[in-house]
Amino acid sequence: MTEENGAPGADGQEPSRRDFIYIAAGGVAAVGGGLVAWPFIDQMNPAADTLALGSIRVDVSTVAVGSEITVMWRGGPVFIRHRTEAEIAEARAVELGALPDEEARNDNLPAGTPGTDANRVLRPEFLIVKGNCTHLGCVPLGLAANTGDYDGWYCPCHGSHYDTSARIRRGPAPENLPVPDYYFETETTVKIGLSPEEADNSGWAVS
Amino acid sequence: MSGPSTYNPSTGIEKWLDERLPIIRLGYDSFVDFPTPRNLNYWWTFGGILAIFLMIQIVSGIVLAMHYVAHEDYAFESVQRITRDVPFGWLIQSMHANGASFFFVAVYLHMFRGLYYGSYKAPREILWILGVVIYLLMMATGFMGYVLPWGQMSYWGAMVITNLIGALPFVGEAIREWLWGGFSVGQATLNRFFSLHYLLPFVIAAVVGLHIWALHVPGNGNPVGLEVKSKKDTLPFHPYYTVKDGFAIIVYLMIFAVFVFFMPNVLGHADNFIPADPLVTPAHIVPEWYYLPFYAILRAIDFGIGPIDAKLGGVLAMFGAIGILFVLPWLDTSKVRSMRYRPLTRWFFIFFVVAALGLGWCGAKNPDDFVLGIEGFKFIYLAKFLTAYYFGYFIVILPVLGIIEKPKERPASIEAAVLGTDKA
Repeated sequence: MTEENGAPGADGQEPSRRDFIYIAAGGVAAVGGGLVAWPFIDQMNPAADTLALGSIRVDVSTVAVGSEITVMWRGGPVFIRHRTEAEIAEARAVELGALPDEEARNDNLPAGTPGTDANRVLRPEFLIVKGNCTHLGCVPLGLAANTGDYDGWYCPCHGSHYDTSARIRRGPAPENLPVPDYYFETETTVKIGLSPEEADNSGWAVS
Repeated sequence: MSGPSTYNPSTGIEKWLDERLPIIRLGYDSFVDFPTPRNLNYWWTFGGILAIFLMIQIVSGIVLAMHYVAHEDYAFESVQRITRDVPFGWLIQSMHANGASFFFVAVYLHMFRGLYYGSYKAPREILWILGVVIYLLMMATGFMGYVLPWGQMSYWGAMVITNLIGALPFVGEAIREWLWGGFSVGQATLNRFFSLHYLLPFVIAAVVGLHIWALHVPGNGNPVGLEVKSKKDTLPFHPYYTVKDGFAIIVYLMIFAVFVFFMPNVLGHADNFIPADPLVTPAHIVPEWYYLPFYAILRAIDFGIGPIDAKLGGVLAMFGAIGILFVLPWLDTSKVRSMRYRPLTRWFFIFFVVAALGLGWCGAKNPDDFVLGIEGFKFIYLAKFLTAYYFGYFIVILPVLGIIEKPKERPASIEAAVLGTDKA
C-alpha cells in the first residue's frame, strides 16, 4: 500500500501518520466508551439518600436480662440481646482455635482483630449484631424459637449454629454475624450507625 | 439447506414490495416453502410452542405492567388488586404466572430433545449455544419476575440468590451491594428488577431471532440424525409442519388452560401470599420449581476444596451445571447424532433425565430429611450422588462412550428410514 504522504505503509514497514491516527482515534474511542459506561454502571450503587439513612437510636432499658429484641436498621434486622452472666461466661470460655471464623467481624475495630467475645461487645451484657446469616442472608432464630446447639442463634435455612457471641460454630455460614458501628449515647440508649466524628469517640478499643 | 428462493410474487403490490423490501420473500422461504425433514416427530414441536409462550408472556406482561406498582409498600397489594379488581386481571395474572412454568416445561423438553437426538453436534454448535443463552436469559427473567409480587418467597428468594453473588472472592460483597442498590434487598432492588424484567424478554426475542437464523442455515435435525441428501428427504414446512406444530400448540394450550382456570396457584407457594417481611424468614425457602435441580446442586456442595469454601463451591457448581452446556458440542466425541443408534449411551441418557428430575426432588426437600423415610439416607447424599452423575455424564460418559461404543447400523437416508426400504 502506497501512502499518499510518502511514508511507508502498514505492511510490516514503518508506521505512517495514518497508522498513528488510527491508534489515537481508537484509543480515544475506547477511553470515551469507558467514561460513558461508568455512570450507567455506578447509578446502581446505593444512592445518597440511602447512604444517609445511616443511623437509629434504640432504647435498651426495656430489654430485660436474658431477653432480646430485633430492630430494623438499613433495611435489615439487628439483634440486641441482653445477655445473662452465664451466656457471657460461655462466650468468654471459647478458645479462638475452636472458631471456624477467628476474626471479630466488628465494624468498629480494624479488620483482622481476633474474634474474642471482648472484641465483639462494647458492654459485655449487650450483644449487638446484624441479623442476616452470613451464609445466604436468612434471619436466624433466637431465644423465642431455637438457639441452636451453642445457645445463640440457629439459622433454619441451612442449619448454621451461632454461639452466645453470635460467632459461627457449625454449619455452612462462613463468617460470624457482623457487629455494626454503634456506641452508647447514654446509659440506656444505643446509637447504631455513626458519623466519622462519633466513631472517633465511640469508646471502642481492641482488647 | 436454505437453497435458492422459490417465492414468486403473484400480484402487482407484492412485486412492487419485493423489489423494495423482500419481507414476504423472507417469510415465505422461512416458514412456508422451507424444506424440512419429513420424519420430524412431536418432540420437534416444542420450538413452536416456545415461540407462542414467549408471545403470551410478553403480551400478558405488558398488560400487567399497566397496573403493577413497583414499590415495596404497594407491590404486594397491587398484585392482589390486579387479581381481584382489574377487569380480567385474574385471567391475565394467572396466564403470566402459569405461563412462566409452561414456558420452562417446554424449554426443558426442547433441551432434552436436543440432548437425545444430538442436536448440538456439527454444524449446529452455534444454534445450540444460542439456545443455552436463551435459557440463561429465561432463568434471569423468571427469577426477577418472581420477586415482583413482593411476597415472603419473593423477598427471601431474592435475598438468597443475591447473597450467592457475595460468595465471589474480593468483589462479591461490592457486587451484591451494587445489585441491591442499598444495604439489603429493598425498594431499589425491586424497582430495578421490574425494569430489567420488562427489558429481558425483548432481548430473548432478539436471541430467538438469531436462534432461528442459525437453524435455517443447516436446517432442522431429525430423529435419525442424518443430514438431508435430496428433496425426497424433505417436505415443505407449510402445510405439513404448520399443521403438526399447530396441533401440538393447541394440545399444550389446553393443558395450560386447565392450570390457568382451575388451579391458578398450584404451582406457586403459599408463603408468597404473605407480604414480604425483612425480619422473618420463612421456615423453608424454596425457589420456583424450574430452578430446583440447580438449587439441589448448590446445596450438594457442603464441603470446601482447597481455597474454595463450601459457599463459593456451591455457587461455582450451580453455574457450572449450566455453563457446561456451552461446551457440550465438543465434549461428545461421537459422530452419531441420534441416540437411537447409540444403544449404550441411550441408557446413560435415560438415567440423566432421571437424575435431573431426582435433583429437582432433592431441591424441594430439606437436605437433612430422609429419602422415602429410609433411616440415615439423607436427601443431601442423594443430591451429591446425582450431582456427580450430572457432571459425570458430560465430562466422562459422553467423551468416553463416543470412542468405545459401537453404534448400530443406520439407514441410508431419511427417506429410506421413513418408507422402510431400509431397516431403521
